[in-house]
Amino acid sequence: MCGMDDFYRELIIERYKTPLYRGHLEPHDIQFEDENPLCGDHIEVTLRVDEEGRIREARFDGHGCAISQASADLLMEAILGKTLEEVKQLTRQDVLDLLGIELGPVRLKCALLPLKVLKAGVYGLGEAGDDLVE
Amino acid sequence: MGAPDFAALRADFPILSRRVGEGKPLIYLDSTATAQKPVSVLAAMDEFYRQHHANIHRGIHTLAEEATARYEAGRERVARFIHAPAAANLIFTRNTTEAINLVAYTWARAHLKAGDRLLLTEMEHHSNLVPWQILAAERGVTLDFVPVTPEGLLDLEAYRALLTREPKLVAFTHMSNVLGTINPAAEMIRLAHEAGAIVLLDGAQSVPHLPVDVQALDVDFLAFSAHKMLGPSGIGALYGKMTLLQAMPPFLGGGDMIRRVSLQGFQANTVPYKFEAGTPAIAEAIGFAAAVEYLERVGMEAIAAHEQRLVAYALERLGEIPGLRVLGPSASMRGGVVAFALEGIHPHDVAQILDREGIAVRAGHHCAQPLHEKFGLSATTRASFYLYNQEWEIDKLVEGIDTVKKVFG
Repeated sequence: MCGMDDFYRELIIERYKTPLYRGHLEPHDIQFEDENPLCGDHIEVTLRVDEEGRIREARFDGHGCAISQASADLLMEAILGKTLEEVKQLTRQDVLDLLGIELGPVRLKCALLPLKVLKAGVYGLGEAGDDLVE
Repeated sequence: MGAPDFAALRADFPILSRRVGEGKPLIYLDSTATAQKPVSVLAAMDEFYRQHHANIHRGIHTLAEEATARYEAGRERVARFIHAPAAANLIFTRNTTEAINLVAYTWARAHLKAGDRLLLTEMEHHSNLVPWQILAAERGVTLDFVPVTPEGLLDLEAYRALLTREPKLVAFTHMSNVLGTINPAAEMIRLAHEAGAIVLLDGAQSVPHLPVDVQALDVDFLAFSAHKMLGPSGIGALYGKMTLLQAMPPFLGGGDMIRRVSLQGFQANTVPYKFEAGTPAIAEAIGFAAAVEYLERVGMEAIAAHEQRLVAYALERLGEIPGLRVLGPSASMRGGVVAFALEGIHPHDVAQILDREGIAVRAGHHCAQPLHEKFGLSATTRASFYLYNQEWEIDKLVEGIDTVKKVFG
């Protein structure tokens, strides 16, 4: 089990308070947004993709708890230079590795919302289903 | 009898002595969601299952007779608690939500037609909102809403104005589960009746915390849940005036709600049985009765006064914290509920860090999304109090919020 100091690691608080990838790209190649109806956390992702299908720029916008916002910021950083195919392969474990913490079921939804939104956008889906972050 | 010793009665609630997380004593500030249970409630249900358990009604054997007698005694006890004229005025449901739905599916569908209006308020819990939205979509009924003022009170001038639209039903909460506001129910019911409307009062928060007398209020329907008033989950109640209940069609169909059945039809049972299809929550009805017995022993006036002291203290202490905004009115107009927002920190994070300190609060929109939108918030953190809470727990809450602020530095 992680104690509180682990849970709210400095990295998470830092990325929540001063995110590096917050914003909205205009124009963009991919855009998607969704929210967690349980808590109202909202995430939008915009991406610019080059000819080779690699992500050149990534931004997130929205509001929510430290976990969801830090997760989004870290995820945007992690996908730079990745191909869309590689993004489709990302799993919940990848997100947890980025955050470096273990989470209970409720907070897991907060952490996984950015990945859900990202993958729904990359797949060009109409909605972000939970199956995207199995 | 002297004033009850609230500090001592904590010993009646076994769960309050447990520890959570890294050995922190539990500080339970989430009774608005559900209340903890005293030993007497647990014992009453345990004894029923060990000694008297059988299905009720129409049984000839000893256990069936004992179970029926206990179930019906439970109904009598709960009916007396809200000063109902008779036990038959009290229908057992699963919870407040089902009680409200019962009225929406029976009384409202029998009496309302397209173009009719219903009057609700902006501070309703989703359970007193969505059943009427479903009805509105199905029947072309129009919903009006009494606005909430910035202080968190119902705008009574607007209420009078909206009553001139002649709503058929006025449905509102006696006490807000977010703002803590205790609405002036008696006056609002009188005005509604003058305008020719029937009134449903959502008593989910008021019946556990305040003396509620349905005859003094002259209310037509009152809905409430056992689990918020020291009783078990899975049972709630709908009080209704007898003339209304008798004229209403049945709710769910099945066993117990019928007098006789043929292959082609049925004759409905009498009130209250015609609204209680199938085997009900029998042990829970017995637990419900034990819960109201406990509350009556302590005294509802004393409980309300105790919570008034706690909420006044909480508002004072929380008011000292920079960047903390409390929703709702001053202590004199509210029950033991304090929802707040901390600048720059999401309620989920607040609740998570408080949990590490052993403090149980709730974070979210508390099933009142439209109300949160009204106040420009997607979620709040809510601390709520009951008879077993003490001032030192509020001190712990304040310390916990300091910790939250330190983590977010």
